[in-house]
Amino acid sequence: MTTPSPPASPPTFLLDGQPVPFTPGQTVMQAAYAAGRYIAHLCWHPDFSAHGSCKLCTVQANGRLATGCTLAAAEGMEVHTQTPELQDKRRTLLQLLFVEGNHFCPSCEKSGNCQLQATAYEAGMLTPHFDHFFPARPVDASHPEVLLDFNRCILCELCVRASRDVDGKHVFALSGRGTQSHLIVNSPTGRLADTDFAASDRAADICPVGVILKKRVGFAVPIGQRRYDAQPASAVDVASPARDNA
Amino acid sequence: MTEPMATPPRKLKIATVSLAGCFGCHMSFLDIDERLLPLLDLVEFDRSPLTDIKHCGPCDIGLIEGGVCNAENVHVLREFRAQCRVLVALGACAVNGGLPAQRNHLAVGDVLQQVYLTGHGLAAGSQIPNDPELPLPLNQVHPVHEVVRIDHFLPGCPPSGDAIWAFLNDLIASREPRLGHGLLHYD
Ligand code: SF4
Ligand code: SF4
Ligand code: FES
Repeated sequence: MTTPSPPASPPTFLLDGQPVPFTPGQTVMQAAYAAGRYIAHLCWHPDFSAHGSCKLCTVQANGRLATGCTLAAAEGMEVHTQTPELQDKRRTLLQLLFVEGNHFCPSCEKSGNCQLQATAYEAGMLTPHFDHFFPARPVDASHPEVLLDFNRCILCELCVRASRDVDGKHVFALSGRGTQSHLIVNSPTGRLADTDFAASDRAADICPVGVILKKRVGFAVPIGQRRYDAQPASAVDVASPARDNA
Repeated sequence: MTEPMATPPRKLKIATVSLAGCFGCHMSFLDIDERLLPLLDLVEFDRSPLTDIKHCGPCDIGLIEGGVCNAENVHVLREFRAQCRVLVALGACAVNGGLPAQRNHLAVGDVLQQVYLTGHGLAAGSQIPNDPELPLPLNQVHPVHEVVRIDHFLPGCPPSGDAIWAFLNDLIASREPRLGHGLLHYD
């Protein structure tokens, strides 16, 4: 009679000194997220494939910098997220995002529920520091239920991915090059009203910032009860997977 | 023989100003309520909307509320930079232009025309004010750090009284100001 061998323990890597188990093929971000550990991110969402654009998830792994959302987890790898150098770089990335758009939080309906804002709070960003771009892209209020303010877009393409991969509608796309890159609506007129977009689409709830906003529901949640009022992004975004607006 | 009297520690001098501000940050400052009294044991106010002093003298700390929207704002801001050892951008407008910077996508001439010439409820013959007494508006609103060097930033629209209190205490004690969760906000 043989005793059953104990189940093989999964491979692990070290995240800021603590072991994180992973299944081969997972990225550092996926494994950390599954283990309830937070790595700052904006363009990554657990329901979608990695995008790698915001660079907020940059970690130091085996001495090199890499984005945690695209880096494959490997046995014994030493991953750091909180070195002073990384915290400094993360703050700089956030500052760049803030000056590239018009982030006037005091009048933004997303304030308190915004992942960009909450991530910047946690990074201790006191000032956007750089000179502001002050873009002047007209809002699209053509759709009866949803408003688009393109001046807050961080080009994460979550709406592009959600509309294409979940809704099957291809409503959004990025267009232009370099600093001229911007979000567009895929219709002959470029207006949201001239697409089959619906407020019940996944893409309507996915924007981590205040671009895609449902009409007539702004400022409904009292200050103090908004998503990031009580707890910082590191606690909120790991505890509830869908940060979606719904 | 009488003990020599201990010289009381010199009070820090603080100047405050509102540029393209709404005075809300000053109101929030007053929201420290009765803590103003112990503060007055440590500091004395130089030029400020709360005093009658017309020009900023040499100061330890200058608090700037509001962004820069006209020529006079630029002069006042430069005076503060020249006189204050430590200059603080207080509130969203000073930090990033704030809601007044929402005019930045409009041509300033069109805005003046709309308000003084073509808008509703104007008396016949209304003109855009052109007296040289009046400072000319800049074509865009700017955060204060785009005009002079700023040492510290305290965001919020407005920052809460508690945030201002914590911040000032750190500054007065020569500590790097720190704002934890709840005290740091942009809205
Ligand atoms: S999208 Fe977020 S960061 Fe931008 S203005 Fe709105 S609340 Fe602020
Ligand atoms: S609209 Fe929102 S979801 Fe879409 S790319 Fe911009 S920030 Fe991302
Ligand atoms: S979350 Fe990895 S690059 Fe955006």
